[in-house]
Amino acid sequence: MVTTKPTTVPDPARSQRMQRPPQINRGRVKGLLIHVGLITFGLVMLYPLLWMISSAFTPTELIFREPGLWPSQPTLENFRDGWTALRHPFHRYIFNSMVIVFGAVIGNLLACSMAAYAFARLNFRGRKWYFAIMLGTIMLPIHVVIVPQYILFAQLDWINTFYPLIVPKFLATDAFFIFLMVQFIRGLPKELDEAARIDGCNHWGIYWRVILPLSMPALATTAIFTFIWTWNDFFSQLIFLADPDLATVPLALRLFVDSTGSTSWGPLFAMSVVALGPIFGFFLAGQRYLVRGIATTGIK
Amino acid sequence: MGRPAAAPPVPQPAASPPPTQPKTWRRDGRAALLFLGPWFVGLVAITAGPIFASLVLSFTDYSLLSSPSWIGLENYERMLNDPRLHSAMWVTLRYVVVSVPLQLALALALALVLDRGVRLLPLYRSIYYLPSLLGASVAIAILWRLVFGTEGLVNQVLTLPVISNVAGMLGIEPTGWVSHPDYALNTLIVLNVWTFGSPMVIFLAGLRQIPVMYYEAAAVDGASWLTRFGRITLPLLTPIIFFNLVLQMIGAFQTFTQAFIVSGGSGGPADSTLFYTLYLYQRGFGNFDMGYASAMAWVLLVIIGGFTAVNFLAAKYWVFYGDD
Repeated sequence: MVTTKPTTVPDPARSQRMQRPPQINRGRVKGLLIHVGLITFGLVMLYPLLWMISSAFTPTELIFREPGLWPSQPTLENFRDGWTALRHPFHRYIFNSMVIVFGAVIGNLLACSMAAYAFARLNFRGRKWYFAIMLGTIMLPIHVVIVPQYILFAQLDWINTFYPLIVPKFLATDAFFIFLMVQFIRGLPKELDEAARIDGCNHWGIYWRVILPLSMPALATTAIFTFIWTWNDFFSQLIFLADPDLATVPLALRLFVDSTGSTSWGPLFAMSVVALGPIFGFFLAGQRYLVRGIATTGIK
Repeated sequence: MGRPAAAPPVPQPAASPPPTQPKTWRRDGRAALLFLGPWFVGLVAITAGPIFASLVLSFTDYSLLSSPSWIGLENYERMLNDPRLHSAMWVTLRYVVVSVPLQLALALALALVLDRGVRLLPLYRSIYYLPSLLGASVAIAILWRLVFGTEGLVNQVLTLPVISNVAGMLGIEPTGWVSHPDYALNTLIVLNVWTFGSPMVIFLAGLRQIPVMYYEAAAVDGASWLTRFGRITLPLLTPIIFFNLVLQMIGAFQTFTQAFIVSGGSGGPADSTLFYTLYLYQRGFGNFDMGYASAMAWVLLVIIGGFTAVNFLAAKYWVFYGDD
């Protein structure tokens, strides 16, 4: 649009106002608008979560009257009521969840890394076939195997125990993590293995003393996502744990909704916040790591 | 099994000539047994065995109490005449076809905005990613039920002074969103779109892979933003779009928790949120109709496989792998 050369313009004030400042401003205004847009959108997205947290601290009778985020009469009553609303105090359900989660994390770390070591480093007959089969199981919907698994665990008398939720992890059934670790281990220099072998290490030694310590990023990703997925898991816990004494956090929340109906929103919000607590914690502690993990691996 | 017919001679067991080769083979074989043992047991007992078993069970009538009785294709015939199953299929299909493209479009749009050197990028990226991490939890499903309930946050907002006027002009009135058969599914679609953060992060990673020199060349040629987007960004991003599409679709077909909690396990008003997996759960673990549930599981597998296959076939026409 600018056709006249700036030097020939006789009126400096005019040129300043009409040409240079608008350009600076346009850049700034644009950047500002983008930020305003991004912040507004972020707030709209997070608003339900913030509302939940604020409602957890609001007396039940006020929750649906105040759409604002700052409770006018903040209280811890909801946490006290919610904690004891079910047959057991809520820490019992947290404990149940923790047992399953830690079992699953240890199982996945051990079994998946072992299988990954074999696929990445060992030379054995049918490796390609087994690897292809392993890849094929990644996308398998759990619904296809859940009925026979239920029958199997029922015959082992494992229904209403934590075994169905932990033992399969020690058998490396989360093939996705095997794949993740195979990719990672392949990136480690093979010379390290050979050096360890010359120093007298067998395969177990190489795996335990060389590969595992170097695989920390992959192991951490596996641990974090196993934790979050198992903590959040509802479907298999619903199926294998019918006994309310064994209820995990998601099952307890569901019992809460069913048993209290519409009477105690406040405690329900409070316990939902408690249920999301560990994930919030992980998120705040390792958000960069989580985000990088998902960008490179494609997991949720 | 997988041994090639004209394979080079298999090393003889007792032969000594090339000492290193058979020796390492044998040693690795034994080590593989140790390292792969747990996985192999899991494959047989927890994955492959059950796949086969569910196929067999799908041809039987089995309630756990007596032994399964063979009924041939009867379960599959029953599926043809089961109105609740058809409704569940329709609900699930609508959910997948509407929510996944919306989710990916939003993810791509925000990735494009964030990729342009916005300051505070890590902050925004984390904020938008957070819902993906929480989305499948019971707590969020409960939150959704309350947000879209009769007295919920959405209706509170809709009665605020200015917003109520605008919404009124658009014909939006406060109502019980999750208890109304026309809207209940939409609330779950909103929930899925809300978790656009994880595909967005993958898009961001993909955008970073595009060489800057392409844009520099385009800038020299004076290409507009739209041209650059249409000629450079979009084509080079198609493999990532495809990856996200396949992944999110497979996930969306298996939605369960949200539908279960929002509908109280029933499938909602007039079965409007009776997802396929929820109905499978009801048949299998509510009625212990294990044969029918197995048949349903196989049909689900075929449907997901079919959609994935169509995706891969269609990919030939729109996914661009830059090998030229």
